[in-house]
Amino acid sequence: MSDLPLIQADRAVPPPASTTSTGGRRRRLRLLSRTDRVVITLMVLVPLLLVTGFVWLPAAATVLLSGTNWDGIGPLNEIEFVGARNYDDVVNIYPPFVPAIQHNLLWLAALFVVATPFGMFLAVLLDKELRGSRFYQTALYLPVVLSLALIGFVWQLLYSRDQGLINAVFNSNVDWYGDSNVNIWAVLVASGWRHVGYIMLLYLAGLKGVDPSLREAAAVDGASEARTFFRVVFPVLRPINIIVLVVTVIESLRAFDLVWVVNKGRNGLELISALVTQNVVGEASRIGFGSALATIMLVVSLVFITIYLATVMRENRE
Amino acid sequence: MSVDTPARRRKLTPARLLLHGFLIAVSLAWLFPIAWAVLTSLRSYDYTAANGYVSFGGWTFDNYVTAWRTAEFGQHFLNSLYITVPAVLLTLFLASCVAFVIARFSWKLNVVLLGVFTAANLLPQQALLIPLFRMFTEVPLPEFLSDSELLYDSYWGLILINVAFQCGFCVFVLSNYMKALPRDLYEAAMVDGASIWRQYWQVTMPLCRPALAALATLEVTWIYNEFFWATVLMRTGDKFPVTSSLNNLRGEFFTDNNLVSAGSVLVAIPTLVIFFMLQRHFVRGLTLGASKG
Repeated sequence: MSDLPLIQADRAVPPPASTTSTGGRRRRLRLLSRTDRVVITLMVLVPLLLVTGFVWLPAAATVLLSGTNWDGIGPLNEIEFVGARNYDDVVNIYPPFVPAIQHNLLWLAALFVVATPFGMFLAVLLDKELRGSRFYQTALYLPVVLSLALIGFVWQLLYSRDQGLINAVFNSNVDWYGDSNVNIWAVLVASGWRHVGYIMLLYLAGLKGVDPSLREAAAVDGASEARTFFRVVFPVLRPINIIVLVVTVIESLRAFDLVWVVNKGRNGLELISALVTQNVVGEASRIGFGSALATIMLVVSLVFITIYLATVMRENRE
Repeated sequence: MSVDTPARRRKLTPARLLLHGFLIAVSLAWLFPIAWAVLTSLRSYDYTAANGYVSFGGWTFDNYVTAWRTAEFGQHFLNSLYITVPAVLLTLFLASCVAFVIARFSWKLNVVLLGVFTAANLLPQQALLIPLFRMFTEVPLPEFLSDSELLYDSYWGLILINVAFQCGFCVFVLSNYMKALPRDLYEAAMVDGASIWRQYWQVTMPLCRPALAALATLEVTWIYNEFFWATVLMRTGDKFPVTSSLNNLRGEFFTDNNLVSAGSVLVAIPTLVIFFMLQRHFVRGLTLGASKG
């Protein structure tokens, strides 16, 4: 589930026939029998209850718990509200917090500055209808079907100190996963390896939807290929750019599997998501404290989810 | 994907050759870690320990046999099956119900409904863990459903949480797909006196087969690959699905990378098979909506 889907409006699809004036809608509703109305209610209500119960209520509970001193074991009626104390503790007396924030930002920067542009670059190259394009695409896309947990194991074969290929070839003695100075970079390479193929695929789909006459017009005007891309094609891809941006941000925020299989997010691999998990299933269960961390994640993600929804829904209406 | 039409195929200029050279190099670099894992898994530990990994020889299938036996892969694959199949079917069913209502009627609340589902798919799972963990340890299940007698440490819990998370994506894709279907279909069905349920099941669903196939391929891969929920919401070792069981096997495999690679290849095989057999569906699922066909 570390994948973020591309949810994008279908520009090729005409908008739903908007023949329904208010009067028409009422008439249609009245046409529904009692059974029909019960069926419709159930069709919406059952999935809605599931999503509310398993996603939205826990999200709300996380925010509430972040203001309490609950220990996670005692009865719920012994909960006391402590205001912003958990947040204060997180920022001031929790040593892994600052490294975790730094690592999450580094994760975002690495994906955004290196992996995402590279994926886009490959998509532009592959969009040229080359011979063998299918092979290139498959090779680049293959890591995307593997789970990030598995990717941690696959790269261990290259990174391991005593049995890894890298040390064998370069005659070095670096513990790529264990050394807290380098391990964040090691996992970032593995994570970028997967991200590139994913972004490549998203842009490739976007590029196929670009009106060819735009490019032809630019070519007639004598614009170079690079100029055509940056001045003509890239602006047209705006919705996809926004979606890729949000996907990258949320992927960096949700990064978890890879560091968890390496060392449970310690010793150089601290991430907010791993800290939250350590505070619940780890040795010390500090609920209010963990909830404060989780709330920070929620707030950041909700900002970007809102941007995302606004983009895809606007595309949808157009 | 891209069709090589003779008319558009250009001559091999030096620039083209350079481009192909670059793409081949990148593709091989991208395939390399996987190829290395396969290669390592086929060599005996004694041979690579004596001669190093940069050597040739020591070919054997024993790693697979040992890994399969010590790690009880049979059981873990079954667990993945028990979780993935019901979760995917339930996700597609529930999501298509909501999508149908959203696409079929133009109510003001549809946008809100779509937002509630889609956003749920994008939230960071870890941020919901604390209340969910407590909830899972409080909700009882009868013993014939789970020997833990709780939602915690049961297949049911994992199925439900996966469904709740994955519904959003499917609702979004399916509702877009269904909105594109001609509305005359429903008018005709109404004239025939078809109930809402029949319109959904016998008119809309058969037309959504391409979208459902693409989503099913994608969801099978995602739920099979799911790591976090199984790691935190399961306890009994032999109930873990295969993706998260790998981590528990780490201790046993710790000193032997050849075994680790055999285990990794075994875990990767189902997703690779799906990918190669259903690549079209897979790619379409991810980009559904971005381009037609």
